[in-house]
Amino acid sequence: MTLLDSISIRSPRSWVAPIAVLGLLGLTAYAFGANDYLVTVLGLAAIYGVFCTGLNFFMGYAGQASFGQNAFAALGGYGTAILCAGYGWQPLPALVVSTLIAGVIALIVGYPTLRLRGHYLAMATFALGLMTYEISIEWNGLTQGYMGYSGIPPLGVAGYELGSDKAQLVALIFFLLAGVWISRRLRESRFGRAVRAIAGSEAAASALGIGIARYKLAAFVIAALYASVAGSLFAHFIGFISPEVFGLQMVVLSFTMLYLGGIGTTWGPVIGAVIVSLMPEMLRGLSELQDVAYCAILIVILIFVPKGLASLFDARTARRAEVSTSAR
Amino acid sequence: MSLLSVRGLTKRFGGLLANDTISFEVPEGMLLAVIGPNGAGKTTLFNIISGVLAPSSGTVWFDGRDITALSAAQTALLGVIRTYQLVQLFKDLTVEENVLVGSHRITRGGIAAALFRPRWVREQEGRLRDEARELLAFVGLGQMGEVFADRLPYGQQRLLEIARALAAKPRLLLLDEPAAGLNIEETAALADIIVRINRGGTTVLLIEHDMSLIMKIASRIVVLDFGRVIAEGTADDIRKHPDVIAAYLGDETTADLV
Repeated sequence: MTLLDSISIRSPRSWVAPIAVLGLLGLTAYAFGANDYLVTVLGLAAIYGVFCTGLNFFMGYAGQASFGQNAFAALGGYGTAILCAGYGWQPLPALVVSTLIAGVIALIVGYPTLRLRGHYLAMATFALGLMTYEISIEWNGLTQGYMGYSGIPPLGVAGYELGSDKAQLVALIFFLLAGVWISRRLRESRFGRAVRAIAGSEAAASALGIGIARYKLAAFVIAALYASVAGSLFAHFIGFISPEVFGLQMVVLSFTMLYLGGIGTTWGPVIGAVIVSLMPEMLRGLSELQDVAYCAILIVILIFVPKGLASLFDARTARRAEVSTSAR
Repeated sequence: MSLLSVRGLTKRFGGLLANDTISFEVPEGMLLAVIGPNGAGKTTLFNIISGVLAPSSGTVWFDGRDITALSAAQTALLGVIRTYQLVQLFKDLTVEENVLVGSHRITRGGIAAALFRPRWVREQEGRLRDEARELLAFVGLGQMGEVFADRLPYGQQRLLEIARALAAKPRLLLLDEPAAGLNIEETAALADIIVRINRGGTTVLLIEHDMSLIMKIASRIVVLDFGRVIAEGTADDIRKHPDVIAAYLGDETTADLV
């Protein structure tokens, strides 16, 4: 009974949220005082944070595999580029319209694709990313092919543009926090619990009346909406997009962020996005050893904190590890 | 009228006849057990009733309605809730969250409700959490709400699965070998819980290997052998039934039965 005694009692607390918010705001403030380069790095980190928070719905909460979420980032990016740079739309309506288009396409593509499971689903989604990449190269009339789209205006509202990178960074952080807030709200709800139940056991979830296909599709579409918003934000922030921007590199990077930060947690994807984005900058002083150190740090974190960095600040997960050690 | 009615169920897997024209009735409020040696077709029968498998022929009626063609989720929505022989918990959810998922059938609310949390959603959540704590206390897991489900010892995982099923307010509870892998004390505690569930008004259909458990708590027993019903009756009837004795003869687990 000692095991039981050790794991009962006390409502545990998670310190992830306050630490993450403070860390994010602190970094932003520091970047303001430092240089424009750091502002750009942080801005990209925030965009990846949005992307990974969405991916986390599908891969973390629902426990499914998608190697093709970059397709929806491309849809958002090109939607924004074409509407704003091509047709002179305002950023916000362009963002809304391209996000809606990405959502509808996710619905149509996801309906048949999500019948697949495990490796087959991974392959099918992978193909989705490759197809989008090819289309963005070949459909010259729409996407301007390899050349890409340039001259995309920065974010702004009602004709007022956020001129400086710093102002844009504030907007990006706002988008990121809103995205995390939505993720948290959905996670702690009947809807979110049903989605997370599917990751645990599809058999048990359906035995409790949960329509597996519907909830998986919902998680997939939500992930696509986030990805599309991230794509649009990227287009505004950098002002230029090309097929390469939404290529395979994006998939690899987002997976690293997700697992490093803590897949299935609310803040993990954000923590992962910020750390993975900042690490190359912090290691810059090591010059040629930079890549080696980067990989070594990744491996060390994944070995010693397999649940991701977010788990370090969550009393429940920490205790979980403690219990498993004492049970041995 | 019976709550559950199984009529001529047959299930073939290639050349194997797993269920052979099985028929029986489960009246409202009863605690009925299905027993039989390994491979008698008990779990197949459960899978058909709960909508996981479709039968080759025959029908399943629940509350006067033909539910044979319904999916597992649709069957569950009607109030036919099952547990699995191999524990199927949501391991990344806490014990309490596992129970909250159980109430999916009797609650509502989708993405908009989760996002805006109107008053009725907050009230529903509060009520559910109270009920979840009561259910956990009922199965003896009152202190474990915040623990992740996969950290529970095996016996408690089984109890959690039952608490989760109860959260769905089942009209018919299907328990697939709930005592599998439990020690004697745990089995006794489980028997007590099952009896209390049944006295509370829930109809229970139970598959079990543990004869002593069945003989103690079941009000009626159906015996399967090679996919067929070979006997049906009360514990006393079954004990004396020549076919049952023959089916189990030489099986040491039933030495105390005969």
